[in-house]
Amino acid sequence: MTKITMTVNGKTVSGEVEGRTLLASFLREDQGLTGTHVGCDTSQCGACVVHVDGAAVKACTMLAAEADGAEVDTIEGQANADGSLNVIQQAFQDHHGLQCGFCTPGMVMSAAALLKENPTPSEREVREYLEGNICRCTGYHNIVKAIMAASGQDVGAIAAE
Amino acid sequence: MPKDTGIGAATVRREDVRFLTGTGEYTDDIVLAKQTYAVFARSTVAHGTIKSIDTAAAEAMPGVLAVFTGEDFAEVGGNPAGWLINSRDGTPMHEPKRPVLAHGKVRHVGDAYAAVIAETAEQARDAVEAIEAEIEELPAVVDMHDALSGSNYVHDEIGTNQCFDWGWIEDNREATDNAIKNAHHVTTLELVNNRLVPNAMEPRASIGSYKASTGEYTLHTTSQNPHLTRLLISAFVLGIPENMLTVIAPDVGGGFGSKIYHYGEEALVLAAAKKIGRPVKWTADRTESFLTDAHGRDHVTKIELALDEDGKFLAFRTDTKANVGAYLSNFSTATPTFLHGTLMAGNYTVPLVYVNVKAVFTNTAPVDAYRGAGRPEATYSLERVIDKAARELGVDPIELRRKNFIKPDQYPYASAAGLEYDAGNYDALMDKMEEVADVAGFEARRKESEAKGLLRGLGVNAYIEACGIAPSNLVGVLGSRVGLYDAATVRVNATGNLSVMVGAHSHGQGHETAFPQVVAEMLGIDPAVIDIVHGDTSKIPFGMGTYGSRSLAVCGSAVVRATEKIINKAKKIAGHMLEASEHDITLSDGVFSVSGTDKSVTFGEVALKAYIPHEYPLEDIEPGLEETAFYDPANFTYPSGAYACEVEVDPETGKVTVDRMCAVDDFGNVINPMIVTGQVHGGLAQGIGQALVENTSYDENGQLLSASYMDYTMPRADDLPMFHVDHSQGTPCTHNPLGVKGCGEAGAIGSPPTVVNAVIDALHSGGKKVTHIDMPVTPARVWNAMQDAT
Repeated sequence: MTKITMTVNGKTVSGEVEGRTLLASFLREDQGLTGTHVGCDTSQCGACVVHVDGAAVKACTMLAAEADGAEVDTIEGQANADGSLNVIQQAFQDHHGLQCGFCTPGMVMSAAALLKENPTPSEREVREYLEGNICRCTGYHNIVKAIMAASGQDVGAIAAE
Repeated sequence: MPKDTGIGAATVRREDVRFLTGTGEYTDDIVLAKQTYAVFARSTVAHGTIKSIDTAAAEAMPGVLAVFTGEDFAEVGGNPAGWLINSRDGTPMHEPKRPVLAHGKVRHVGDAYAAVIAETAEQARDAVEAIEAEIEELPAVVDMHDALSGSNYVHDEIGTNQCFDWGWIEDNREATDNAIKNAHHVTTLELVNNRLVPNAMEPRASIGSYKASTGEYTLHTTSQNPHLTRLLISAFVLGIPENMLTVIAPDVGGGFGSKIYHYGEEALVLAAAKKIGRPVKWTADRTESFLTDAHGRDHVTKIELALDEDGKFLAFRTDTKANVGAYLSNFSTATPTFLHGTLMAGNYTVPLVYVNVKAVFTNTAPVDAYRGAGRPEATYSLERVIDKAARELGVDPIELRRKNFIKPDQYPYASAAGLEYDAGNYDALMDKMEEVADVAGFEARRKESEAKGLLRGLGVNAYIEACGIAPSNLVGVLGSRVGLYDAATVRVNATGNLSVMVGAHSHGQGHETAFPQVVAEMLGIDPAVIDIVHGDTSKIPFGMGTYGSRSLAVCGSAVVRATEKIINKAKKIAGHMLEASEHDITLSDGVFSVSGTDKSVTFGEVALKAYIPHEYPLEDIEPGLEETAFYDPANFTYPSGAYACEVEVDPETGKVTVDRMCAVDDFGNVINPMIVTGQVHGGLAQGIGQALVENTSYDENGQLLSASYMDYTMPRADDLPMFHVDHSQGTPCTHNPLGVKGCGEAGAIGSPPTVVNAVIDALHSGGKKVTHIDMPVTPARVWNAMQDAT
């Protein structure tokens, strides 16, 4: 067992982990942050995306010990300080960018990383960026719309509905 | 101006807030005190005899609390098929036992033969590795043709791999044969409806717990229908009295059919919890999901369409082999029969239909209902052969369909496949589709594509489906062993807010938002004061859950009936309070008034009076304001639609790109257009996925080659276009109180033939006379077809 310490959503946390413990398991099981979801075992689905030192990372692919000393942000830390939805979360609700909600945390975290590096992405750029996030419910239409709306772009003309 | 509340409003979803903030509660998120973990030992061979299982080493591993094998469940029941199907000769289907854990034989890769319970999931996983199982591999039965012709049986005790040989409608068989023999033109098509894995993003998970002091069990599980799961476990598998078992399906991350069924893992965690006296959790990893979730589709069909000299359809005849996998799942016998054969008249006035389906056991994962369940298979066969006929006859595919459409003045219409359609207007849908899809602009877009060196094709489709499943009396005649009503309880609390307990289960459909819109509209109150309770058998009435696009049409109707009872009783109470006859009381905007006077009481005042019944006529009216209704529909509902797809095909590589996708659907009345549109989007993505990229591939030894997201192609954001969706042409359902039809499956039903028709059209425009390519229409298949074509 190894002792690790990291900052999660602005708070310092520590724990004892096995070498094989994944960051996703540490967040879910040790920290009780179950908003980070595990939808596959091959780093494909993206439901577990978190930010590690500001970069989008699939938490099922990173060992918890590798995140020792890092700053980790998860879906639970995304809302505004007053508890209201942030701009991306609000756009997902306004544009029906989620259905069952399972892929949603990863989608929101990926969207945040995208908009940080490309503040006004085109539809094609959003779709290509989401290559690593699978959604089975929405057909992506409203996710793409929500992310573009969150970037401040007018999405009224994207499609009939 | 669009409404902002009540029926017809595009209200944003209240459930979104918890999902967007990571505070949803899915089964794997739940941690029970002293929880332990189950991991299963699964067969790595498709077919084999279990010679011995030595668990001693595993039991001695650190943290291990118990090890189970099939022997432990030899005396309990099996997971039953929900429908009894009789063969054409009158004999009942073969129904081999599906045990909790494999016993005697393993029958597909992933078939569980043992389970370890340990303090941690890692310890359980390590101990599974230490189980020594001697399994003598047998030749695998994989291909359906081989399964029917050979003597290697998945279930030795039945001595055949044919589950049933079903005919529909048997009385029409001879007439159909004659119509095809004597027809002016017959178009024939052989096709494969590819096997799919539903792939809900949340893997299945279950937690069993047991309270020895009372004998009560609780199962938290990823289910679309907690009462049905409880019924199956209690009545057929473990024999736990129903009132001693609570099933809770909390937030569930998608289902698409795969979470309708009871699975052996659920029984195992309950039995294990009792044995060790602590809760037992199991969570599938994605590979387990691929290996053991019920798959969908997997039909091989020959369809013939007979036409007269005017292009009128005379008969459809199909011959289908349907793969049911290694064991029957709960609806696997209904899906290829009554959810498929009864739709084989489509939207058309064809007078004769004959369908033959042979269901086949193979050493593969069980196959059951997946989004659309039988209706996508029917639609695909019909709409592909109609397109082929149009091409053979040199007529416009839209006109050929229109010529044979049932017309609006023909309802109710008794279809040649045995259903009575209540309402529809297929020409109006086709008109709207031509407008929304801009069919008139297609030729100009084709020229633009050609200028880029690409072939562009236009595919169209018309579909009808039967959903709102289902009238219990009708499905009982057809072999169903369950009723398919639903139920709702409306509880008005003393302070005037409401809890509505429903039998339907929401796993993405937005019930928590849509059902309050209905109740609020009826009562004239703010939907925000109405809360929906679902998913817990200890809290909700005995409903049958969510599948077959039934939640609103069936459970929503129960909500309406229960709310009507509330209104009737509230009027009595208001009449007492206002010293007037209940017959003179009207309800408007949440206020009860005496007609023709200015006397009134609010809904909240009536609620308070019901629970504080001072000065209350207890001899005439019971206190309280809570009503339950069960609703069993008179008929299926019949959503229909007209779809168009435009693809670009790169002739150099065979790659197909969907450029435009248009869905015009008749869902009857719409409660929340935002949610309905979202449901269509998701269906379209799954249908396009089936048509272009998704395939479940077993090798000749029964090994699943596509058992991860590295190998099974899921549609991703950059595989799909923005969609054009319209539902303005609704013809209300005539037999349920909301006039609604159901929208969950439509997109997955209507889109696969539309996409394939477009690909064929594109290839013809490039001079390649390709008549058919099986799904998924991959670049390799397109390229090969182009090389082979003249």
